Amino acid sequence: MSTGIKDHAALSDLFNQDEARVDWHDETLWFVRAKRDKAANTLEEWEALRENASQIKDNVLSNLHDYLSEFESNAQKNGVIVHWAADAAEHNQIVHSILKAKEITRMVKSKSMLTEECHLNEYLQQNGIEVIDTDLGERIVQLAGEPPSHIVLPCIHKKKEEIGELFHEHLGTPKGASDPQLLTAAARVHLREKFLTRRAAITGVNFAVAETGEFVVCTNEGNADMGAHLSEVHIACMGIEKIIPKRANLGVFLRLLARSATGQPITTYSSHFRTPRAGQEMHLILVDNGRTQQLGRADFRNSLKCIRCGACMNTCPVYRRSGGHSYHTAIAGPIGAILAPNLDMKQYADLPFASTLCGSCTNVCPVKINIHEQLYKWRQVIVKEGYADPKKAIAMKTMEFTLSNPSVYRTAGKAGRWVMKNAPFLVNNKLNAWYKQRDMPTPPQQSFREWYKKNNNE
Amino acid sequence: MTVGLFIPCYIDQFYPNAAIATLKLLQKLGVKVSYPLQQTCCGQPMANSGFEHLTTGCNELFIDNFAEFDYIVSPSGSCVLHIKDHLHSDGQPEKAIGVRKKVYELTEFLTDILKVEKLTARFPHKVGVHQSCHGQRGLMMSQMTELVAAPFSKPLHLLNMVKDLELVELSRPDECCGFGGTFCVAEEAVSVKMGKDRVADHLNHGAQYITAADMSCLMHMEGILKRRNSQVKVLHIAEILNAEEV
Repeated sequence: MSTGIKDHAALSDLFNQDEARVDWHDETLWFVRAKRDKAANTLEEWEALRENASQIKDNVLSNLHDYLSEFESNAQKNGVIVHWAADAAEHNQIVHSILKAKEITRMVKSKSMLTEECHLNEYLQQNGIEVIDTDLGERIVQLAGEPPSHIVLPCIHKKKEEIGELFHEHLGTPKGASDPQLLTAAARVHLREKFLTRRAAITGVNFAVAETGEFVVCTNEGNADMGAHLSEVHIACMGIEKIIPKRANLGVFLRLLARSATGQPITTYSSHFRTPRAGQEMHLILVDNGRTQQLGRADFRNSLKCIRCGACMNTCPVYRRSGGHSYHTAIAGPIGAILAPNLDMKQYADLPFASTLCGSCTNVCPVKINIHEQLYKWRQVIVKEGYADPKKAIAMKTMEFTLSNPSVYRTAGKAGRWVMKNAPFLVNNKLNAWYKQRDMPTPPQQSFREWYKKNNNE
Repeated sequence: MTVGLFIPCYIDQFYPNAAIATLKLLQKLGVKVSYPLQQTCCGQPMANSGFEHLTTGCNELFIDNFAEFDYIVSPSGSCVLHIKDHLHSDGQPEKAIGVRKKVYELTEFLTDILKVEKLTARFPHKVGVHQSCHGQRGLMMSQMTELVAAPFSKPLHLLNMVKDLELVELSRPDECCGFGGTFCVAEEAVSVKMGKDRVADHLNHGAQYITAADMSCLMHMEGILKRRNSQVKVLHIAEILNAEEV
């Protein structure tokens, strides 16, 4: 999903052309954040649960190799065919080869952010395979020809009237119909036919349990189950960090996941897949795609704790006012901004700067990823690697010189205040991004230092 | 007890009244305060832009100016957080650690060190309190709405001691104002929208003044208020805590 050369700031500027829509987007996501707060507050052990989850993930990240090996061998004993993919391309090829062997050209897929990250749909389409996304939100953005704008709420940027238009065009609902119940019923009929006729289904994986070799898929719509149970071939795709040591750990993660994501106590379906049913093939693809590289970055390895709940997006005051597409990557928001530079530092150099470092993301994160601290650290890495705007680098050098020399600082300060007072047009103009929608402070007669020298009575 | 007064560069240049109020308030409470004349900036504008490697000069200067004091107090949670988290020095590492440990934001210092329980200030107005993020979430000056934990707030604790001051409730008590240092110009559209929304929350609840423990957030909101010709004013919390009895 290339967005050309536009960066987060430019894409956000576009999004903000329609202020009423920004308000609507902000309030919709704030509503989800408020639901999350309410759900979290029903558990007095909430903070202890977060700490527990974070520590379980610490253990996983420190012993990833062992848990993956244990998981693989248990999954194989259960009759699952396990594949390993080093990167997105290999993952996509594995999926294609499984389908090719079965001469399957049409399939269904439930939500999987990993396949978004790997751009699987585009790849399969180029190879003549039709993919139908069965999560309602994902199906909507698929019909619109757009990527998801949120990892849990893929079409949160669309209004029901716009969805009505899409359904009228693609599913034949009456023109102008936007009643959610009517539209959902139409989607249900449309998708039911796909479930019944497609021979292969892809699902994501929320948690893979090393001690049993089973994996857990969480949905609200039951679409993962419908796809998997009606298909001859079930392919589950997961990033290698999705592993947890024991089944008992689910008692921590399942309680955190849905409360953090949508404010529900638990997802409607938490489906455990362990062995293929008679006559079915069950494949599981373990994907690295930069994860081991991130594991090797001491400052950023904790980002791999992410359970993809989306709470950091809902709470982020920037995300709510810039929209998921402004992040021009599969995983938007604060977590996306610390994951994406690992994959391509140049293309995503803008993302760690798309934040005020307010820290709300870190506070809502159910696995306690220090997201805003990592954003700060990515900024340092990106500048050092040479991906900063050269104009900014010059400005920073000038600032360094001024602020390191007290007399230069005082002269510059005085000159600046003089200019603002006597020649405000030099500051209050189009070149000053501050002034476009905000007034400058009124320059005072004297600095505090000047006042202090005259008045201090120590 | 010796206290070094750290006045952030933009307060020195644009908001001297916030600094004067801080100084006078501390003096009123019997604290011996000095303002080192060679200070400039904590280096945060560069560091938050990814240029922390250019802050050596600022770091050394800061240590030279402030290492001798028992406490360093500043009317800015954000600048204090930067010093606490990032001040370092290859040449004098121990002094850097010492400085990081003894730097306090004003309301923290009043609450935790001076243990102030009574103020003489009077401010008969409706006031909205902006919880500046770095002070709130970084220095933990107030409880955060994201956490399941008992509420507290050092700034509110102090404001409640001010006679005739009426606090207004906000719909979103701890949402960021969108200033964010260079973010305010680099991400102009979102920054302004965040500022407008924050200001609207205060206006909708009838605030006559917006206050905060960080002048940078207030500078941002003031820019938006003035552009709209609003009569609502921003005032640093020190100016309210030091308001004269009328």
